[in-house]
Amino acid sequence: MKCQKCEKPATFHITELTGDEVSALHYCAECADKYLKSDSDDEPVAEEVGTAITKHLKIDQTADELHRLDQKVCPVCGITFYEFRQSGRLGCPNDYEYFQEELNPLIMSIHGETNHVGRRPARGDDGMLMQQIEVIRLRKEMTEAVEREDYELASRIRDQIKQLEEELQ
Amino acid sequence: MKPTDFADELGEWLRGDGPESDIVMSSRIRLARNLGDFPFIKKCNDVHKASIESTVCEKVTSHSDLADTVFVKVNDLEELERQFLVERQLISREHSESSGARSVAIDKQEVFSLMINEEDHLRIQVMKSGLDLEKAWERVETIDNALEENIRFAFDSQLGYLTACPTNVGTGMRVSVMLHLPALVMTRQIEKVFRSLEKVNLAVRGLYGEGSQAMGEFYQISNQITLGKSETDLINDVSEIVPVIIGYERKAREYLINESQDDLHDKVSRAIGTLQNAHQISSEETMQLLSKVRLGVNLDLIHDVQLSTVNKLFLRTQPAHLQVLAGKKLSTTDRNVERANYLRRHLNSSQGKSDSGEDLFV
Repeated sequence: MKCQKCEKPATFHITELTGDEVSALHYCAECADKYLKSDSDDEPVAEEVGTAITKHLKIDQTADELHRLDQKVCPVCGITFYEFRQSGRLGCPNDYEYFQEELNPLIMSIHGETNHVGRRPARGDDGMLMQQIEVIRLRKEMTEAVEREDYELASRIRDQIKQLEEELQ
Repeated sequence: MKPTDFADELGEWLRGDGPESDIVMSSRIRLARNLGDFPFIKKCNDVHKASIESTVCEKVTSHSDLADTVFVKVNDLEELERQFLVERQLISREHSESSGARSVAIDKQEVFSLMINEEDHLRIQVMKSGLDLEKAWERVETIDNALEENIRFAFDSQLGYLTACPTNVGTGMRVSVMLHLPALVMTRQIEKVFRSLEKVNLAVRGLYGEGSQAMGEFYQISNQITLGKSETDLINDVSEIVPVIIGYERKAREYLINESQDDLHDKVSRAIGTLQNAHQISSEETMQLLSKVRLGVNLDLIHDVQLSTVNKLFLRTQPAHLQVLAGKKLSTTDRNVERANYLRRHLNSSQGKSDSGEDLFV
C-alpha cells in the first residue's frame, strides 16, 4: 500500500474519528509524523514492518542493488521482492527460504532472534514443509495450465496434488 | 443464525467482570496459522480462498471440541453486518474490508473467534473479560490442538509457524490486554508509561488494534515480538507489566481524588449530565464521556449507574450497533439523534435498576 500523500510505502495506518465517521488514513512515516503533529492529540503510532524493511534496506543496499533485489521472484508463488517490500506481506512459505538472505536480518531486527522456541506441531514436522511447498508449486502450475486452456495437463496436475495431499494427511 | 442475532448479547469482553475489571476491560490472545499447502493470502486466487474456507469449515464443524460454533461467511454479509462484527471485535477491520471468500467461526458466548482468510489463513482469537490471560491461553491451546489434529500448518523447524508477515513468525502469537486509563491521561502521565513500555518490547495501541488511535482512553498493551520466546514467556512479559500499569492508574486515581476531587467530580458529573440530556451526539463524544462516567462509577462519584450499563452503552452506541438495534440504516445526523435518544432512555430509566439486560431494549 502506498502513502496517500507521496509515493513511499504507507507504514502508518491511522483511524480518524470525525463526528460519527470513522476513516482510515495510510501514510508513510514522514507524512504520518507531519499529520500527527498537526493534531492536538499526540498519540503514539505503532511502527510496522514496512518501516523496518525500508530502514533496513536503505542502510544496506545501493539503488542498483535494491533494483536488482526488487526483481527477484519466488519460483513457487511468483511474488517479487518489490511486492513484498511494498506490502510487507509474503506470498508463500517458500519465501522464507527463497528470500532468506534478505529476510534473516529483517527478522533479527524485528525479533532480536531467529530461532523459534515455542510450540511445535504434535504430529511432528519432518520434511512436511518441503512437500507442502511442492503442492503450492503444483497449484500454480495447474492454474497456469487452466489459463492456457490445457485441461489435460491441468487434470494430471490435479491428480498429482491429490496424491501428495493424501500423503500429507 | 445471522451475525446480528448477537445484538441481544453483550459478548465476553464487555461483561465487565473478571479480575481487575475496573481497569482491565479484556484479555485477548490470538494465534496466526497458515495451511502449509496453500500460498499465503496475498498470492491466493479465488479458488484457493474458497478451498481454504471449506477445508477449515469442515475440520472445525466436525471436531467435538469446537462443536458450539456459528459459521458466518463474511463475504456474503452487508457492510452494516460486517461493521457490527468489527465493533464486537469478532473480526478485524482488515477482515471486514478485504475481498473474496472469507469467514469467521464464533462460539455462542463470543469467547472465541476464528477468522478464516484474514491476513493469514487462520487467526484464532480468544477473549476474556478482565485480566485473565491464563484462561485465555488454556482455551487457545485447546483450539490449536484440535485444529492441528486435522490440519498441517506451515511450520519450519527453525523459524516456527510461518506467517504472511514476518512480524508474526515463530509463535504467531499476539497477547493483548485492554486497559482503561483515564486517570493517567488526565494527570498527563500516559506518555511516560508508553515510553517505558517500548523499552521492554511491548506495543501500545488504541481500542481497535493495529494502527488505530486510542478512543475514550482505552489502550491495548501487547507483545511486540513473536519469535525466540515461548508462548508462556510472551504471556508472562505482558502479565508482569500489566499490574504495574494498573498500580500507576490507581495511584493517579487516588491523586485525583485527594488533590482535585472537585475538578474530577465536576468532569464526571458534566459527562453524565451531557449523556442524560443531549439530543444529538457523535460516537466520538459518547466514547469520551462514557469513559469519564466509567471512571466516576469506579470511584463511587456516580452511584446510580452500573458498570455493566456503561459497558453496554459503549458497544450499543457505536454506528453499526445503533442501526441494527434501530432496525434500519441511518444517516450520520439521524444516528446522532438516535444515539442521544438511546442514551437518554437508558441513563435516565435504568438508574438503580438491576442488570438483567432486557430493560435496555425498551
